[in-house]
Amino acid sequence: MIEVKNISKSFGDRTVIKDFSFVAEAGKTNLIIGESGSGKSVTIKCIVGLLEVDRGQILYDNRDFTHMSLKEKKNIRKEIGMLFQGGALFDSMTVEQNVVFPLSMFTDMSESEKRDRANFCLSRVNLNNANKLFPAEISGGMKKRVAIARAIAVNPRYLFCDEPNSGLDPKTSLVIDHLIKEITEEYQITTIVITHDMNSVMEIGDKIAFIYNGEKAWEGTNREILDTDNQAVVDFVYAAKFMKELRKK
Amino acid sequence: MNILFEFGRYYKLMARMMSRPEKWPIYRKRIFEEIENLGLGSLGIVAIISVFMGAVVTIQSASNFESPLIPFYAIGVAARDSMILEFSPTVVSLILAGKVGSNIASEIGTMRVSEQIDALDIMGINSATYLILPKVLAAVFIFPFLIAISMFLGIFGGYIFGMLTGEVTSHQYIFGIQYDFRPYYVTYAFVKTVFFAFIITSVSAYHGYYTKGGALEVGQSSTRAVVYSSIVILAFNFVLTQLLLV
Repeated sequence: MIEVKNISKSFGDRTVIKDFSFVAEAGKTNLIIGESGSGKSVTIKCIVGLLEVDRGQILYDNRDFTHMSLKEKKNIRKEIGMLFQGGALFDSMTVEQNVVFPLSMFTDMSESEKRDRANFCLSRVNLNNANKLFPAEISGGMKKRVAIARAIAVNPRYLFCDEPNSGLDPKTSLVIDHLIKEITEEYQITTIVITHDMNSVMEIGDKIAFIYNGEKAWEGTNREILDTDNQAVVDFVYAAKFMKELRKK
Repeated sequence: MNILFEFGRYYKLMARMMSRPEKWPIYRKRIFEEIENLGLGSLGIVAIISVFMGAVVTIQSASNFESPLIPFYAIGVAARDSMILEFSPTVVSLILAGKVGSNIASEIGTMRVSEQIDALDIMGINSATYLILPKVLAAVFIFPFLIAISMFLGIFGGYIFGMLTGEVTSHQYIFGIQYDFRPYYVTYAFVKTVFFAFIITSVSAYHGYYTKGGALEVGQSSTRAVVYSSIVILAFNFVLTQLLLV
């Protein structure tokens, strides 16, 4: 479980996150959604420690991440897997080497054990016969799947996904969404997904926080989001004319 | 203020870079890869430049030594000292700042804008140590060898082209390059090279590491890396010469 308590973050005079609180539960896909520029990516970067919060507290299973030493933070990070918007695969490494990399850094596995684990993770994301390819040689959807395989290679307790569907077609997006949900439930990971994709929200949103102008404007589930009266959420969910007409009916 | 900010940030990055590596065997492998990439990959250009620099110094010296009081072997002395004291350590380092520096800045800059550095940090890997330390150690180790090869090829180039153009005889040139030879000059050149290797890799890595934006900014970082490395090399060349030679 990850508890985010009243965090705030500013860049100069511009406050990007104001007093944001959220509890992400284990075994569930917890979504942070909102319009572009609402502060979602900054929020996730604060939670994983890529940015330091100005105020507030972040607890990883009751371990206070905000007041930890660098060494303690490094230990927590070994329990984190992250899927970046563009995949963030290492260009100079093959698909297999990308997945093996965290194993080489943090485990004492033999070469064959590492290869077996990498193959298992790659087959878990339905990616076979791509081991020897470089990131530049595979599609966007495949890159995302390799990134998921790399993230789960070291059995993380926490999984973060920053816009996992950006740049993907609806069908491939669904595949990625279902993979994230399956892995979350299978390994009882605490997963936080940042997205503005309504298909993802409806497919995998066990718990959703809606950010508006850096503040949490609403919280609920994917069933509740369609019925809420919160105007900011309504404007976001029913942005398209077609959706507005559907809501009226 | 901006200079102080940049210097402070550079110093902090270097301090982070010096942290204990997570796993030495992986770093050792990376150091050897960088030796091949930065060192052996630069051998061709260093060889070509050195041969022609040696040739030009020899021909220019010959054309300037018109006085009959100056012996012909002075051409060999001039070629040797020019190559050892200045051309090989400094000019070749400036060339390497262009080749290696832009390569490092663009590689690390691209990793920054494509979130690969964030990915390393999230995994709990010290990205500064992982990315920069192997490059710095590799350059500090291999650049003196490159400079030694440059010295040899420069002096050899002077010999060949001096002979071909008829400016100096083989005997005069060989006598010249042995005349009043001071081994300390070679030590001085290697000390300079080690400093320059550190400057090229660390300044370029710094500019790449703090790249913000996209492809355009990666290009700008690469240019800044070459310009700043070159300026710092020239400044340190002056300081080190004052300290070591005067």
